[in-house]
Amino acid sequence: MTEHGFSMRARVAGIGVVGPGMSDWSGMRERLLADSGQPLTPTQIPNPEGLPPTERRRVGKVVKLALAAGLGACRDSGIDPAGPATVFASSGGDGENCHAICELLAGEDRRISPIRFHNSVNNAASGYWGIATGAQTGSSVLSAFDGSFVVGLMEAFALVATDGEPVLLVTYDHPYPSPLNECRPLGPAFGVGLLLAVEGGSGPVLNLRGLGCAPADRLADPVLEALRRSVPAARCLPLLRALAGGVAASVALESLNGQTLIVEVQP
Amino acid sequence: MKRIAVTKHTLTTCLGRGNEAHREALVSGRSGLAARAFEDVDLDTWIGMVEGLDAPPPADGASPRACRNNRLAALALEQDGFLDAARDAVSRYGAARVAVYLGTSTSGILETELAYRTRDPLNGQLPSWLDYRASHSISSLAECVSRIVGTTGPLAVISTACSSSAKAFATAARQMACGLVDAAIVGGVDTLCLTTLYGFNSLELLAKGPCRPFDRHREGLSIGEAAAFALLEPDVPASLWLSGYGESSDAYHMSSPHPEARGALQAMDAALARAALAPSEIDYINLHGTATPSSDLAEGKAVAQRFGTTVPASSTKGATGHTLGAAGGVEAVLCLLALENGLIPGSVGLIEADPAIRIGLEPVTRRARPRNVLTNSFGFGGTNCSLIFARAGQEGGHD
Repeated sequence: MTEHGFSMRARVAGIGVVGPGMSDWSGMRERLLADSGQPLTPTQIPNPEGLPPTERRRVGKVVKLALAAGLGACRDSGIDPAGPATVFASSGGDGENCHAICELLAGEDRRISPIRFHNSVNNAASGYWGIATGAQTGSSVLSAFDGSFVVGLMEAFALVATDGEPVLLVTYDHPYPSPLNECRPLGPAFGVGLLLAVEGGSGPVLNLRGLGCAPADRLADPVLEALRRSVPAARCLPLLRALAGGVAASVALESLNGQTLIVEVQP
Repeated sequence: MKRIAVTKHTLTTCLGRGNEAHREALVSGRSGLAARAFEDVDLDTWIGMVEGLDAPPPADGASPRACRNNRLAALALEQDGFLDAARDAVSRYGAARVAVYLGTSTSGILETELAYRTRDPLNGQLPSWLDYRASHSISSLAECVSRIVGTTGPLAVISTACSSSAKAFATAARQMACGLVDAAIVGGVDTLCLTTLYGFNSLELLAKGPCRPFDRHREGLSIGEAAAFALLEPDVPASLWLSGYGESSDAYHMSSPHPEARGALQAMDAALARAALAPSEIDYINLHGTATPSSDLAEGKAVAQRFGTTVPASSTKGATGHTLGAAGGVEAVLCLLALENGLIPGSVGLIEADPAIRIGLEPVTRRARPRNVLTNSFGFGGTNCSLIFARAGQEGGHD
């Protein structure tokens, strides 16, 4: 235990990934193990399954990214997406929608479209997740700048510990359009879903050991390391690398203000 | 669940700064809503504005454009000795063991809205005074409060529209219960901006006059701004407790409540189960009660189904306006004031109750001795959260 340590365990029952050069966990795992340094192709965000056509036309790319990552994790685990409680963690919101609203409000005619307005809430992905999957479970939506993955992971573990039921953590970030992009530059669209459950089934076990000052782990592959550094949601990549490797490991994941979360991985 | 102590609380709304202003407002039935100007907004609506936020920030090196939301956070932290209590908790538990979980829906978006008016005509760039991380960024509120208080523990903004700051209590409670943190600063802050005023206007959900929750002639909401904070600690001597929380999702529509308020019922039931209370043991319900026709009707159905017509209930949004992401925190603290001061808050703005809603609406504030109170917060995206607070100790211990 570190000075401010704790020990919280949960099992990874499924993983979904949507990112540059990868559309699922097997693609991500292959790339993590290859250490190839090859450039990544642009992120392809699939159309969301489950949403009625009218709703599908309304959702932005950020929501599609989150839904695809979450559905991927459910598919990987064989769990019905209506079942788990959810945690959505992102550094920011729907930049394109925000840009359109701010442009409009800077003009004379300020009549915002109702759909733009309700899509502007930071829990849009959570709301559309419920509509797409029928999940009536509680849904946490958290943001902690570059440390969003770590607080999302802590919230998901707390939910597993409290309720003993599977919890889906979806972490995602999508770059902003100009001029917001210049205020908050983000790398390519990247989303990851982790289906977490109590121990006692198949899948590797994670043990959260505490926040501390150890330096954050980096990736040997310079292209993946650049992805990790440029996208808050990709701060989870050292954990995914350990999961891909399938051997016992301890990783330090970047949180806020120079802190890291220590996570032990037991395959 | 094991109850969690609420050792300090405060709020600042259009009713005033701090707990005493709000106790007085509850007793007198005062509203803080007014038809007044905000920026250059040209809408025919009343708002709940906090005085003093337009003034330049204190000379602490903050930029002249430091965001309205964080100015309100800093102002509210100073009331009722909250900041001292929070810093004391940091010294007792250690900075790394105190979490900051706060709700906001719009953060510092007002500064970005204003910045878009002065984009560079040649390249479209935003002005250099816009500090994204300190304003627009969703987590800027939690980063700001953490810095002022001096915490180094986990921090996050919970942003689920109008349930945000209620859900902050739930997140802190479960993380304290499983040992991730020892104490937490919770609540929320939301401030006026053009997005919400024009957005609710485009949905035709804004009232022209002051909002009238559960009135048969209600025509929509009034937007307010507010900050509310509570300090949560584990087993310490305390007179006020968080004893239950419940969360759910409608899985129905982004901006319309489920017509039978299915999710609201689930959230209230989950909170009752956690608190191990029967519906009849709830002494007061602070309703979400935004005063839009459909949302009050839906909430009324759920409350009637679970609590019937006898449990006293009111919406305080006729006094504060709908403070959106801060509403859950504001109404949590109003519930704590009701427990502390022996009050059942009345329904400011209610003239004639909607006959289609059969619940125990309390028209005016009266003295009573509530022991367990429940507060509802619902939001866009179908998010629902109910909290239950309890007054501890013997009869006669408080009043």
